[in-house]
Amino acid sequence: MEEIVNRRISEVLKGDQNAFSEIVELYKDKVYQLCYRMLGNSHEAEDIAQEAFIRAYVNIDRYNTNRKFSTWLYRIATNLCIDRIRKKKPDYYLDAEIAGTDGLTMYSQVAAEGVEPVDEVAGMELQNEIQREISNLPDKYRSVIVLKYIEELSLNEISEILDLPLGTVKTRIHRGREALRKRLRHY
Amino acid sequence: MIMNENHDLMIEYMHEFLDEDIIPEHEVELREHLKTCPECRLYFQELKKAVALVQSTANIHAPKDFTQSVMMKLPKEKKKNEVKRAILRHPFWVAAAVFMILMTTSMFSAWNENDHFSVTKAENIVIENNTAIVPEGKVVKGDIVVRNGNIRIEGTVEGNVTVINGEQYMASAGNVTGKVEEINQVFDWLWHQIKNVAKEVLSIFE
Repeated sequence: MEEIVNRRISEVLKGDQNAFSEIVELYKDKVYQLCYRMLGNSHEAEDIAQEAFIRAYVNIDRYNTNRKFSTWLYRIATNLCIDRIRKKKPDYYLDAEIAGTDGLTMYSQVAAEGVEPVDEVAGMELQNEIQREISNLPDKYRSVIVLKYIEELSLNEISEILDLPLGTVKTRIHRGREALRKRLRHY
Repeated sequence: MIMNENHDLMIEYMHEFLDEDIIPEHEVELREHLKTCPECRLYFQELKKAVALVQSTANIHAPKDFTQSVMMKLPKEKKKNEVKRAILRHPFWVAAAVFMILMTTSMFSAWNENDHFSVTKAENIVIENNTAIVPEGKVVKGDIVVRNGNIRIEGTVEGNVTVINGEQYMASAGNVTGKVEEINQVFDWLWHQIKNVAKEVLSIFE
């Protein structure tokens, strides 16, 4: 897989834009999932995942082919997600009108989320609950938990993606697990 | 107190275990402890459950037209890259184009530099005020090229006459056996050069 990716990258470097579509195709689900679990909603996840690929394309000449491409790509995506989380925090007031909706505020949005169709599969509900608990984690724990348990990456890769010492990654995973244990023990 | 410290240590071992980063001695110790301590057993269960629940979140996929929308949003290829790629793909045509550009510029400068009067050296040509004269009754053998001046032919020229940036006057008694050509435009000059080169090239094959 890495070999195919590296071949496509050298084609992109030569200026062949179309070679990049294969790279997007290979990683889109992983990157989208990462963004979705980090951000907790599909609209933002799509937005940020696309942005991650565009950044990767624009900066492709800075990618070091001796390292794993996925690590580099996840790093871009994770950083974009963290930026987005930090930016949106202060302006997410419940009574703020949601852009593009007619007088719809976050109150109605929250209410709508609470009332789910009766025939909705119980599994879906549990999924949403779990996602909500992941979203409630502080972002430094959230990123390590998502990379470890959703993307199934090794601790070493996580430390490379987040540019953190291995010890810090371990501590954060432990804290993240503790937080999840407290929140999910009743399920 | 000793019990509590032991709990904390065991919790640390639990995390080491979950990280798959536990040394065998710690694992044995943890297992032994879990057999005797229901509190830690529950704690370990809860940790494992939390992990399993997070892992159980279904795999989600990117929206259908994801790749397409990314490709549409990519910036247009840089001009520099296009040129680079053109050179890599068509080295011959690029080289030919560069050669043509250099050739034309050198010809233009050749045209512009030579603005002084000159005439092909030959016997029987008289020069008067930027005018070359082939006097009456005289015969010039060979071609004559006059630059930046005129030529008056009263005698006979056995060959071609070319006047660049000037005029030729033919007296009634004058006679030229070859062609007479006047060149006053840059493009005429270029055309003339090209014809000459072509003639030379052809003569190689003859």
